[in-house]
Amino acid sequence: MLSKIGILSTLISTILSFLLVYQSFSEVKSKNNIISKKFYYLSFYQLLFIIFSFLILLFGYIFSDFSLINVYENSHTTKPLFYKITGTWGNHEGSLLLWINIMVLFSFLFLVYKKNTEKKFKLFTLIFQNILILFFLIFLLTNSNPFSEIYPAPSQGMGLNPILQDPALGIHPPLLYLGFVSSSIYFSAALASLICRLEANVFAKFIKLWVVISWSFQTLGILVGSIWAYYELGWGGYWFWDPVENSSLMPWFLMTALFHSLLVLEKKNGLYAWVLILSILTFIMSVTGTFLVRSGILNSVHTFANDPSRGLFILIFLAFMISMSLIILFKYFPNEKNNFLFLSKESFVLFNNWFMIFFLTVVLIGTLYPLFLEVLSKEKVSVGPAYYNIVLAPFIVPFLFLMSYGPQSKWFSSKLVDVKKMFFIILLSFSLVFIFANFEKDSSFITTLILVFSIYLILQSFLDLYTSIKNNSFNLSRSISHLGFGMLIFFISTNNILSTESNFNLKVGETKKLTNYSIKFNNLKILKEKNYETLVGNFLITDIKNYKEENLKPEIRVYNQPKIVTYESSIKSKILSDTYLTMSNLAGSEFYSIRFQTKPFMNLIWISVLIISAGGFLRILRRENK
Amino acid sequence: MRKFLFFLTFFGTLSIIIVFYLGLKTEKIYSTKDLIGKPISEVNLDLLNTDGSFNTSELKNNNFTLINFWASWCGPCRKEHKYLIELSKNDNIKILGVNFKDNKLKANKFLNKLGNPYFLIAKDDSGKKSIDFGVYGIPESILIDKNLVIIQKYIGPINKKDVKYIFNAIGS
Amino acid sequence: MKNYFKIITSIIFLILSSNCFSDENLNYKIYKNLRCLVCQGQTIADSNSDFAMTIKSVVDDKVKDGMKENEIYNFLADKYGDWILYKPPFKLKNYILWFLPYILFFLGGILLLLIFLKKTPLSKK
Repeated sequence: MLSKIGILSTLISTILSFLLVYQSFSEVKSKNNIISKKFYYLSFYQLLFIIFSFLILLFGYIFSDFSLINVYENSHTTKPLFYKITGTWGNHEGSLLLWINIMVLFSFLFLVYKKNTEKKFKLFTLIFQNILILFFLIFLLTNSNPFSEIYPAPSQGMGLNPILQDPALGIHPPLLYLGFVSSSIYFSAALASLICRLEANVFAKFIKLWVVISWSFQTLGILVGSIWAYYELGWGGYWFWDPVENSSLMPWFLMTALFHSLLVLEKKNGLYAWVLILSILTFIMSVTGTFLVRSGILNSVHTFANDPSRGLFILIFLAFMISMSLIILFKYFPNEKNNFLFLSKESFVLFNNWFMIFFLTVVLIGTLYPLFLEVLSKEKVSVGPAYYNIVLAPFIVPFLFLMSYGPQSKWFSSKLVDVKKMFFIILLSFSLVFIFANFEKDSSFITTLILVFSIYLILQSFLDLYTSIKNNSFNLSRSISHLGFGMLIFFISTNNILSTESNFNLKVGETKKLTNYSIKFNNLKILKEKNYETLVGNFLITDIKNYKEENLKPEIRVYNQPKIVTYESSIKSKILSDTYLTMSNLAGSEFYSIRFQTKPFMNLIWISVLIISAGGFLRILRRENK
Repeated sequence: MRKFLFFLTFFGTLSIIIVFYLGLKTEKIYSTKDLIGKPISEVNLDLLNTDGSFNTSELKNNNFTLINFWASWCGPCRKEHKYLIELSKNDNIKILGVNFKDNKLKANKFLNKLGNPYFLIAKDDSGKKSIDFGVYGIPESILIDKNLVIIQKYIGPINKKDVKYIFNAIGS
Repeated sequence: MKNYFKIITSIIFLILSSNCFSDENLNYKIYKNLRCLVCQGQTIADSNSDFAMTIKSVVDDKVKDGMKENEIYNFLADKYGDWILYKPPFKLKNYILWFLPYILFFLGGILLLLIFLKKTPLSKK
């Protein structure tokens, strides 16, 4: 029953998309300047029906209707309600439906945004967006249908992978999709503006909001994903430069480059072609990332859905999208004359782009190189964190400097900023590092410089923040985001330097003495929960220096549906430092392998990213109030 | 110029897409095929049932040797055992069993029940010796010749096809 | 002014570079640079698998025997291929990986320079 309604509703939505494309083509030719009402209706009903399909699937999950294969494969009646809901997008088919929902949503929003202006441009955007939507709808209906039925309906489902049963991972996909799927709208808009030869600053005004929205959500999505990796994967790390993680970072670099360039486009009509290229690239990169993740072409810790046939589908689409954009881009390539003054604000935007594209290429090369090498020479190679750290770290230093200096420069002028003040702040940062840098572990010259310049950025952003609050200017959100970024780099580096780790074996009753801590294995309990059985270890951690005690309770869980063993870390999270303990059993022994870590500033890392995205959200809100 | 750039980007992206396409078809399971053609390292192994040890260089005395890593607790080992027995009937090849992270009693019970295809049984209690052979999960078998050069590696249980291949390779 | 910075940075550099790894840290560092081959994209340090445990104890042994970090990587790469190393070795087949980003960065810089110098229509990076 649900299956038929779901498919019907999706089909109606598909027909509406098709109609939208068809009708737009004929409407474009008419001289009339006002978009006819039927487009709003068509778009609205398209949105309504696609949301309805999603709700149908959601219903299937909430009420455990196992006649849907998708629900049967990914859900279970004993699962808590929250995970039944999040399970809807915790799998390939459901998440694809969510993906389409977001594309349709943005198609609708774009149509109603700045109503009755630039009709031709809007209609062409609608055409391109709906071609994309149509493709994904066909993909969904033919290859990855979440509404497929099984008969007879099984009485019980197979359950959701336990590591996905987590609140952070519940909200991670929607956030990330609001980020990079919404970039489809400025992909479409860029192609449309090329065809209509839209004026540069008009285009900038049209897409800025969407770029900031997608960037802010992308930032949040990455944050939530990292937090999940931190406490769920159980190794104390939050970023492993894994292909799947990289796939979310690459569009982020492009979005960041894009909205910096948009500033130039708005202010001085410059960089139009470059902005168009970035807009197109962002969504192409998002789809490429999706291809890498969904096809299972790369070995990743996060492989949750892979199937080569899906990969092929996305790849064909990717090829189509790229050739379409290339042809349009080269056919309608805008001619413009720009003069850039060195040290003007626009030149710093170019510097930003230079670095962003560099970061992007490093991550892209690191991600794709193993694949290329294997295809071309049959040799396998792994590219891990060491590569990215070595290649990227030296470039962070000048980048931080430019980030602090750039915002103070003036548009259209190559006047130097207050150099004395700048040197004073840098000197201050140097001395701060110099005084406090008595690190026990290794830290290199570059790490030190990174610390100095991140402090410089933090101090400078605080000053900027102060002035922008005083003047109530738009720069407020920029200062906030830059501040967040400075903090992020600072805390990541210090966390990297100051984290400690010890591995040892312990049995119940024993105590392990470390330099600053002693760890006592008090007892072991077996508990039965609704969907798993668990072995809970109780450890007493004593901070020898500060005479503080705390209990950590790591678990080894055996889930019943599906039968999977997971190791749950136990984390005591404090403002300044986390203590992190995991335990695993050793076969045929009463000893347990214990991994004890102290991780300073974890919460501050999360907060920094929140601050970065807060800048973006603030900009969105202020824009609307203007 | 513009045309040139167009074709450059066009064929650039095209080649990337072709690589992606070929990448879809490559084997995702990792194997240590690189090791074929290289000699195995000389390692001392303790024997399972007697004190004393055995050096892999002594395998030069056999025309061909199959080094088989197994354990009584390993399910797939049970499955491949009959093929090992089949191989052991050939005079041109000897099978060296390396009992992996196992217990002597259980290992012998396993052999008593299913038969003993090995000309010699060594042991690797800690699993550390297996690293010298590039083993990462049992069952795993390495076929070497007189010069200790690896001819073939089998990750996972060997099957009928593998037996045929081995008989072919050793020329009988 | 700039001289002061040079002095200060070199002092900091000296202080910080004098701190070396303790032995235990070396072991963790090595674990973190090794791929757990039987897992999905996890390091040896992060895996509880049997294979990872064995590799850990082998690494411990080798460190105890006085083997250098690089020698241990070479030993394992010899047995399991470069796939096991998370830091791709610096050799011919990986030159593209290591150098291409710098080359592109350099080319980007030249492009920027052209934009600033020529003052002609050029907006594509």
